[in-house]
Amino acid sequence: MPEFFHRKIERNAIGFVVAIVAVASIGGLVEIAPLFTIHQTVEEAPDMRVYTPLELAGRNIYIREGCYACHSQMIRTLRDEVERYGPYSLAVESKYDHPMLWGSKRTGPDLARIGDKYSDAWHVRHLINPRDVVPESVMPKYGWLARNELRIEDLGAHLVAQQDVGVPYTQEMVDNATRDAYGQATPDTDAASGVSERYGAATQVRAFDGDPARVTEMDALVAYLQILGRLTEAPYKQSAAAEAGE
Amino acid sequence: MVRFVSGLTVTERQVALVVLLALSLIGLAMAAAGRGDPMGAQGFIVMIFSVGLGFAVMSGYYAPEPDESRLSRYYDDPTKVGIVLTMIWAVIGMAVGVWVAALLAWPDLTFDAAWASFGRLRPVHTSGVIFGFGGNALIATSFHVLQRTSRARLPDQFTPWFVLIGYNLFCIVAASGYLMGVTQSKEYAEPEWYADIWLVIVWVAYFLLYLRTLARRKEPHIYVANWYYMAFILVVAVLHIVNNLAVPVSFAHAKSYSLFSGVQDAMTEWWYGHNAVAFFLTSGFLGMMYYYLPKRAGRPIFSYRLSIISFWGITFLYMWAGSHHLHYTALPQWVQTLGMTFSIMLLVPSWASAGNALATLNGAWHKVRDDATLRFMMVAAVFYGLSTFEGSFMAIRPVNSLSHYTDWTVGHVHAGALGWVAMITFGSIYALVPWMWKRQAMYSSRLVEVHFWLALAGTIVYVFAMWNSGIIQGLMWRTYNDGGTLAYSFIDSMVAMHPYYIARAFGGLLFLSGAVVGTYNVWMTIRAAHAEAAAGETGADVPIAAGSGAMQAGE
Repeated sequence: MPEFFHRKIERNAIGFVVAIVAVASIGGLVEIAPLFTIHQTVEEAPDMRVYTPLELAGRNIYIREGCYACHSQMIRTLRDEVERYGPYSLAVESKYDHPMLWGSKRTGPDLARIGDKYSDAWHVRHLINPRDVVPESVMPKYGWLARNELRIEDLGAHLVAQQDVGVPYTQEMVDNATRDAYGQATPDTDAASGVSERYGAATQVRAFDGDPARVTEMDALVAYLQILGRLTEAPYKQSAAAEAGE
Repeated sequence: MVRFVSGLTVTERQVALVVLLALSLIGLAMAAAGRGDPMGAQGFIVMIFSVGLGFAVMSGYYAPEPDESRLSRYYDDPTKVGIVLTMIWAVIGMAVGVWVAALLAWPDLTFDAAWASFGRLRPVHTSGVIFGFGGNALIATSFHVLQRTSRARLPDQFTPWFVLIGYNLFCIVAASGYLMGVTQSKEYAEPEWYADIWLVIVWVAYFLLYLRTLARRKEPHIYVANWYYMAFILVVAVLHIVNNLAVPVSFAHAKSYSLFSGVQDAMTEWWYGHNAVAFFLTSGFLGMMYYYLPKRAGRPIFSYRLSIISFWGITFLYMWAGSHHLHYTALPQWVQTLGMTFSIMLLVPSWASAGNALATLNGAWHKVRDDATLRFMMVAAVFYGLSTFEGSFMAIRPVNSLSHYTDWTVGHVHAGALGWVAMITFGSIYALVPWMWKRQAMYSSRLVEVHFWLALAGTIVYVFAMWNSGIIQGLMWRTYNDGGTLAYSFIDSMVAMHPYYIARAFGGLLFLSGAVVGTYNVWMTIRAAHAEAAAGETGADVPIAAGSGAMQAGE
């Protein structure tokens, strides 16, 4: 008689507490725990690279300004999304994203493959006043990004925290974090060469905000936007293979 | 202030001062260590908050101690303050909501200030209404319901204040942080690591307070409302701790990096996110409904069995449903399918609760017609039923392919938040305020009526606007022309949203106006009570012997 049984447990506060926690834990244990242990959950992509310190700083600005509230970074496995934005997103692409920025709402378009689609100059103009380049846009203006110097002196500490959560930054990367952030946005300085040494020859080293004399928040954010979807070639290879197989 | 401090024993006043001193030192340390980082400004806020409260406690420090007779009465001071805070947060949170809604229609209202841009204001709105308004309402009503249904006074006078005020400190640190760009970017879990740690401390005190009061109960059975409040407290603690695991850059940095990444982080976040809806915005408010609705209607709960089925159903099934936020993503398909399946099953306990509430009103429908307070609760139960149905529907994978990423989701959330959460809260507050301040009724029942119609009209305008915009958006994104290419650019779909965004802002404005009217009404009721007390009327508190504990359903 379930009613009789329930009459008993509802007389015992501690028992009730234990029952609630037990009953509520099952779902999460079954759905979340295996994601850490089943290794097919995240694909292999040997070419996947970590963010440079400048890109990481840009990502933090993306988070700070709440860009994720209006832009997703997750192309679903639907025909119209693939045709609009590009190959669908793979789990491996956000492997180093602490936290992920998949988003939940598209007030603006998806950004998972925005990297290299527009010029730096377009991004800078768009961020300063979106309506200069897209008259119908409802995006806010982000003029302060071009005015604010980027805080780079503590990026080493950021990389250490990233190491702590499992991102494979080397000690050399940590030691040179500030210098690399500076170098990536100032192509004509000595600091520039180390960036591609440590993060790969394909790393974009240039004055993203158009001003090689300063490292601004605009440099960082544009550097981040330009790398979106370009950390690994895996999704493009997979989609090319699928097309070839048709 | 003195009035509230005089309810504390001298020892409790000392404990309060020690805690506030410790807090202001923590604030000072944050301010000193975090110079050049938002952490510094957050420290100043903590410090000003605790020093200010310290002065308030000091001002009443030498007031006479409360006598022993207090122990034969319920302790309602924290509930009273909680009600006022609820109304203040309602107005703040909803006003920011109208503002961000307006920004989507007229984007240049940001006047080039970082703090006033959409991305920073939006979490002020969501946290302001969910945690500020909703959380204060839950804490205030839970203290009231817990004592009445247990026929026991809270175990001491300090802990409930610690919970209420500590919780509001969390809300203030969170909201001010967003304006400075401090956020973890996890939706509905935006506050950074130090605020999260503080909330855990407050929450443990809240949980222990609940257990300590239940241990003193003179009713053998724990009433249904308390099951829900307990599930709310416990499960929110589990969700909060797991989802917020993170490594701070340093103790002087506000910034931290989430322990999880990518697909695991996404699943953890939506396990949290969906169950914040379940255990914060559903369980807690069902607790409210299970007490105030039968009390106001003067009818016992329709079915004890339905209460049991819906309680355990919600507690078990909801925790599986989060993955329906991640259909067609890089999350493994089996997890998506489980999420969808459990979301559909959830309709059973959800409708059991909604039906139980509505069936309780049988025999009291004339009261629903005449009494706007009870009507608030009735409409809340209806919207609860509607939005849980909509939620199960949207969790179906193909439906979700259309609805996800669109305004439909926003409309769905607001059907729940405005129609269910806010309506049940306003109904409960209108029932509770006259009891707390010993009045026959609210200052103006006419204004309650005005508030009801503003709230209902606002909700309907809002939800219809978002249904339209969401479905149009979803359809435009997937429409192909005869040549087999996509028919609309993204910007085409955005232009099509403009009229609905204006309608949505208008609906929100109606709802906000209702909340302002309600706040005025609560304020005037309190003023009338104080005026009467000053004229020499002594309002004796309800003694426990004559306590108004609701009947156990089925007894």
